[in-house]
This record gives sequence, C-alpha cells and structure tokens, in this order.
Amino acid sequence: MWSELTKAIANINLPADWLGIRVVKDTSAHHAVRDGLPQRNGKSVTTGAMLEVMVDGCIGYAATNSLQLMSLQNTAKKAYQQALTAKQWWVHPFQVTSERPKVVGEYVSPFVEPLNSLSAGEINDLLVRICQSLKVSEQIVKTTAGANTGERETWFVSSNGSEVYQKFLFLSTHYGAIAQDGAIVQQRTNNGWEANYFQGGMELLQPENLWQRVQRIGEEAVELLTAEECPTTRTNLVLAPDQMMLQIHESVGHPLELDRILGDERNYAGGSFVNKSDFGVLVYGSPLMNITFDPTVSGESASYGYDDTGAVATREYLIKEGVLLRGLGSLESQKRAGVPGVACARACSWNRPAIDRMANLNLEPGEASFEEIIADIEHGVYMESNRSWSIDDRRYKFQFGCEYAKLIENGKLTKTLRNPNYRATTPEFWHSLTKVGNSSTWEMYGTPYCGKGEPNQAIWVGHGSPVCQFANVEVFGGGA
Amino acid sequence: MKHEELSTLEVSFNQLINTLLLKKAATEEFTVKLNSERSQFTRFNHAKVRQTGIVADGWIDLTLMQDQRSSFRQIPFTGNWEIDWQVTYKALQELREELPLLPLDPYLVLPSGTNTSREIHTGNLLVEEAVVPEVLESVAELDFTGFYAGGTVVNAYADSCGQKHWFATDSFTLDYSIFNSKGQAVKGIFAGSDWHQQAYIHKIQEAKKQLELLARPIKQLPRGKYRTYFAPAAVADLLMMLSWGGTSEADLQQGNSALAALSRGEKQLSSKFNLRENFQRGTVPRFNEWGEMAALELQIITQGILVNTLINSRTAKEYQKTANGANSYESLRAPEISPGNLEFDRTLPSLDTGLYVSNLHYLNWSDRPTGRITGMTRYACFWVENGEIIAPIDNLRFDDSLYRFWGENLLDFTNFQEFIPEVGTYEGRQLGGSMVPGMLVEDFTYTL
Repeated sequence: MWSELTKAIANINLPADWLGIRVVKDTSAHHAVRDGLPQRNGKSVTTGAMLEVMVDGCIGYAATNSLQLMSLQNTAKKAYQQALTAKQWWVHPFQVTSERPKVVGEYVSPFVEPLNSLSAGEINDLLVRICQSLKVSEQIVKTTAGANTGERETWFVSSNGSEVYQKFLFLSTHYGAIAQDGAIVQQRTNNGWEANYFQGGMELLQPENLWQRVQRIGEEAVELLTAEECPTTRTNLVLAPDQMMLQIHESVGHPLELDRILGDERNYAGGSFVNKSDFGVLVYGSPLMNITFDPTVSGESASYGYDDTGAVATREYLIKEGVLLRGLGSLESQKRAGVPGVACARACSWNRPAIDRMANLNLEPGEASFEEIIADIEHGVYMESNRSWSIDDRRYKFQFGCEYAKLIENGKLTKTLRNPNYRATTPEFWHSLTKVGNSSTWEMYGTPYCGKGEPNQAIWVGHGSPVCQFANVEVFGGGA
Repeated sequence: MKHEELSTLEVSFNQLINTLLLKKAATEEFTVKLNSERSQFTRFNHAKVRQTGIVADGWIDLTLMQDQRSSFRQIPFTGNWEIDWQVTYKALQELREELPLLPLDPYLVLPSGTNTSREIHTGNLLVEEAVVPEVLESVAELDFTGFYAGGTVVNAYADSCGQKHWFATDSFTLDYSIFNSKGQAVKGIFAGSDWHQQAYIHKIQEAKKQLELLARPIKQLPRGKYRTYFAPAAVADLLMMLSWGGTSEADLQQGNSALAALSRGEKQLSSKFNLRENFQRGTVPRFNEWGEMAALELQIITQGILVNTLINSRTAKEYQKTANGANSYESLRAPEISPGNLEFDRTLPSLDTGLYVSNLHYLNWSDRPTGRITGMTRYACFWVENGEIIAPIDNLRFDDSLYRFWGENLLDFTNFQEFIPEVGTYEGRQLGGSMVPGMLVEDFTYTL
C-alpha cells in the first residue's frame, strides 16, 4: 500500500498547502443466532480513501472507494475545489505545522489467537450452545447470541512526510435472554447491549467464566419475573462498572467534547453545559472523581497510537480530583477553542472526515472494596447493565435504566428488583459520588455504536470504571 | 451524479448480475442488494463552513444460499466492471467454502416471484460550487448551524430467480438550527429534489420570527403533568419509536414489542389514532431485501386497533403468517398518521394553557412492555397561557406511555400534516420520511 500511496502523493499536482490521504481497509465478520438457529452470517469489507486538501488554512475533503491512481487524482481535485469554494466562509484558518504536523509511526492491537483461528462453523456451534444454556426455563421466550470480529488497517500519508500505519483487531460478543410471564417481560444480557467489545484476538471469544455467566444470565432473566418493582425514592445508588460505562460516556465524555462546546454539533447531537472558560476551574464532581483519556490501555476498544490526523495519542487527565482540566478536542478544536485537548480526531471509516471523539475514557479506581461500598449503606439500590439511556442536548438532565438491581438494606444486598431507573442532572450526580471502588472492582467495556457528527458516524469507544457509590439519587421503577 | 455516471453504474450492476447467473450452480440461489451514492456533505457553524466534502461510495450485499444455509458478503461496488467482478467472484468463492460449515436455517427465504421495477427521479440540485454561497448568503448575520447533504442515491436489487429493481433519486436535505444569544434555537429542514432559493429564503425569514419569541425571558416549569401540543416534527420522533420494538411481528412474537398489550387486546389506543404505511409519495423504494414489493398502502392501526403488523417473509415462515413486504427489520419505511380535526388557527386556543413542543430529542423506551418512552424537549418550546405564547421554556424531560398519549389522553390531531424528511446519514444518505399531523394531548408527564 505504501508504494501506491507514495506514488499518488507524488502524482497529485495541485497548488495546495497540504495534501493528506487516509486509506482504510476494514473487514468484519458477523455471526448471530436466535433460539439456537442461525440469523446472520457473513463478512463486510470496505476499502477506500479519504483525501484532505488544505488551501490557505481551509480544508476540503473528498472520498472514494476506488484506489486507482486516476481516481485518487480526481478525488484530490474535488477536495481542492471544496476548499476553494469554502475559503471565503471558512470557520477558522488552520496551519499545516500545528494542525497537520508530520508524524511517522505504527500501532498494532495486542492479540494471542488470530481472528481466523476459528471457522464460521465453529463460532456458530458455540453460539448455539450459548442459546441452549441460556434457556434455563420454559419462561425464557427468546435467547440470542452473537459474535463479531473486525480487522481494520489504516495508512495515513501526507505531503509533509507523514506515514502512519495502524492495525486494529476487534472482537465483540453478545448474549441474552428474554423471560415472560403473561404481561411481565424481562430481559437480561451480558453486561448490557453489545458492551463486550474489545481489541484482541479469538482468545476473547471464550473467557474463563463463560458458562457460569451464561447460566446466571438465564437464571436472572427468570428471577426478574417475580422480583419486586424498584422503589420510587431518593436513596443511595451503587452502580456496577457495566452501567458506569454509560454514565461516564453520556455525562462526562460527550459534554467535554470541544466540538460540541464550539458549537459544531449543536444542530445534531447538541452542545454542552460546559463552557470554554470552565477548563482549569470547574469543579465537575466530588474529589473522588478522576477521569482519564487513555488510548494506551491494552485491549480496551479505543486504544490507538495516533488519531486520524496524525496526532500522537497519550494518556491525559481530563478531570483530576473533581476539577475539569482539559477537553476532548483534536488539534483543530484546541486551536479554535484555545484550551488543552487530546489526540482524538477520529473517523468511523474512509468515507467520513475526522471529528472529536472520546476514545477510551476511564474512571480511575479508588480505595474501597465492593463489600466496603455496600457495608455502610443503610438503604440503597445496586444496579447493573444498562437497558435505557437518554440525556438532553446539553448533557445535563439524564435518565438511565438498568436490567437488574438489588435492594441494599443494612449493609447487605437483599431482594432482587426489576425495572430499576434513576435520573439526575450531571453536576448534581457527580458531586454526589461518595465512594469509588478499588482496582479489584474495575472493569472495562466498550461499544462500536457511539453516534455523532454530520454526516453521521458511529464509532467505537471504551470505558473502564470501578463500582461507585452515589448519595441521595432519585430512583424509580417501571409501569405505565 | 452525472447521467453518464449513473448509466455506467446501472450497466455495470446488470453485467454483474448476468455474470453471477452464469456462474451460479444449479442448486445455488443468490440475492444482490446495491447501495450507492454521490453526495456533497457541507457542515455549517456560526454561519461559516466547518467541514465540506464529497463522498463517492457504493457497496453490494451478495447473499448465497444452498442446502438450507446462507451467508453474505458486503463488498465495495465502484462501477468499474473489472474491479467489481474480481471482488465479487472472490466473495462468491469464499461463500461457497463457508456455507457447508454453517448450521441449517429452517426459516431461510429463497428468492421467488417476478417483481421488477425501475424508477429514476431526476432533480435540480445545487451544483457543488454553489452550495456554500447559496446557503450562507441569506444567513450571514445569524448564528446559523446545520448540515447540507445532497446528491444521487441508488438502491437496487437483483436475484437468481430474475427479480430486478433499480431506484435512483436526486435529493437534498438542509437540516439547520438558528440560535439566539441565550443558546436557544429554532430548527428547520429544507429538503426536496429541486432547490428553490426563494423558498429557502422564505423559510429563513419565518425562522427569524420564531427567534423573536425566543428572546423573551425563559419560564422555569416544575415537573408535573401539562396539557401539550406537539408539532409534527415532535410527533414524527414519537412515531419512529414504533420501528424499534413496536410494529414488528417478530418483536411481538418474541416478547420485545411495546404494542404487545395492544395486540393482546389488554389495552387500546384512541379511536382518533390511525397509522398506515403509505408509499404513494415515492420517496423510498417499495422493494425489500427479498425483492418483494410492499403494497402501496397498509393500514397498521385503525381507530386505535392494531389491524396489521409488519411481517417479512422470514417472520411469516417462522410464525405461519402472511408476509406483507416488510423489510428485514420490520421497521416503518413510509409511515403516515392520519390527520384529525384540529385546525391550524385553533392550535393555540385549543391548547389554552400548557406547553407547545416543537421538537423532541433522544427518545428511548424507559419501560418497553408498558410502552413508556422518555426523552427531552428541544428547540423552540414554549409556555402558553390562554391561547397565547408567553415564554420559551427550559428543556424538560418527559416519561410517559404511548397508551396514554395516543390513548385516553389524546385530544386530537391537527387537520393538516407535514412531511418530516429522514435526514440520517449513518452508513449512507437515508431516504424518505414520515407524514404526520400535530397533536394535542392532556396531562403529558414531565419528570425533570
């Protein structure tokens, strides 16, 4: 690929200040089974090139799925024309040296077993067995199991000498069961919808505790049919890491994106309650709150060496001891906003321009064990696995629901609760963080479906968190 | 897309199908779906250009079936026969190797039927160089943010039993928001197949009038139940929830539908609620992933009663139902809610005192089996007293059941409808939209 791209760079003659070509080759395999029967098997391959041209500080882009030299040349001309046409109305003058610096490097995902080490037939056999094991009772009316693998290669070259190669291996698994008793319907899945999404190889397909976990998911779906409704009250709330991932994503990640703060997203996903002047001063949450942007965690779904504009990825504190320090903003957004950011310009594929993305966003562990977190609670609710999410366009008022909950009484987990929900505002909630679990409670999850951008892009993000305790939160149950 | 380029794509697609027909074994069946687009995407912020570009994309889904097994390959489609056939042939060979390894699928649907169609809708779109000046010159003094997406989209289908469909359309959407200094916004969508500059300018002028209303001091409302008028765009958001665990027959059968209680007759909706699929507008293809054509119209809810669900051939086979041309997701593709009796001039007087909600945001089921939906108000929402707009409101979170707001609490729909176009661009530019009236609801529940 390098020789073709080097040749293309040399053979595109435009009076531009800068030219970049980002080629993506993405191969993903999909396997899904319902009630032990195949639903979907196949592979998707996409290959194409995004060409960016900078003219007098203005960037135009054009993308094509044809990698022939002539096609790349024509596409570059279109990108150049886009930049020229927009020049008079361009939002901010960018510079090659600061917003598109030269970078050379490589990143490859860690893995043990190659993704082709199991055939589609072997994967289907496993998924069928999972469905069979989930059906612990006749009250289970639906079982599902799925596995997706992905291999993504990217090559980035530019007229100022950048050469970056990255290769990512992804594997995600999903399984769950729906139980029904008349009008009562309850769902239980493995950590919520598609939350087990990691970088790595086929070794991730069958973790050590797989069969115990499958059995438990089936049993808990049935258990929820006769569980009490989550009470409506203000109380102590303890969240498992598989719900914390969503909490961090929606109420920390998105509001800290600099492109939202700059207004780029206002027409679609929304703005933010955070302002540019808040960086360095805003007390976002309790002193126990430490949030890092960390693309260096091995195996987390959004780890990488470089973003899609070539910025070098490093671990950075966004919030330290409750204080907001920096935003999720690319080199372009940092320049426009005048506040510190991170290497987070990412695109979902070759056919979309890079925008500010959160990558891995993690809550750092604290001191408490799980038992210690529960032990000092006289009354509270413990919730696991997201099932419903909604937050306003400024990322302020949210309501989330979980699949499974336990009542906490006098320092112990007692009755199972169904339809657990909670709602709050972002600042109130993070200020109510009263205990943070230690590293023994820390777990990481991810999702390939973080949506944002115009044109729309669904991208992969990772979130790690310990178990956390929050005080005086409004919780409630289901029902019409 | 230029006429010649569109022609080349069609010729190349036809050649690909013909060659696949020659290469297929007697016991093999296949389907091929094509998605292709040439789109201009321009993003605006503060009446400036944030990002602008052109995307030429295309892919096919080749599904091979043999011995009650199937698998697919999604591969690039460029319109260059040599390249495309090379990739497709490799995919065919891979599929042949993979199929024997897969489990038997008792509900596999093989292609059948004799459907063919060919629709080409040519428009009058802005040329690439004109998009930025035509959009921005009228809004230079405003805090205008938004997104223009325009060009040609092609959806096509062919299979081993000879069915073939070709649907190509020129279209654009300009989805925009105009903000005031307090961070409140008026939302607008200008869409179609022909760009009319004067019509666009008129829409911007109307938006400016609404901005004046937003300049009034914000009214803070406590949580509670309020009589509410939902403008058509908000109704469209509520309606689209039915594509996610609602009108799908498979979801009903598998314990995953919010309409299960309606289906079982345990609950009912208002007799004023009528929902149908209506493909008469021709903005989306009527064919599905098996080449089947949906009827031009299909009643789904009539006078509050669920009379039809969306049933695709696979679901039909599994549950012994009759298929009605639904797509693989059994989602709404051309939904229409029938109008009611509330006249435009009577909207505010009928609301009397309550909330005027222009748009909603980020909807989700909060309790699907009971039809409960949560979400937020967004853009130009107002407090109304005695039939007059008093003040804009701070955004409110709602959480209420469709069995209430389309049931006992539904007062009326408006006697006019609006077409709310689909503006999504995930994977590619989406087509179509929903035809909906506004609606007046008693005691809608706001929670935060």
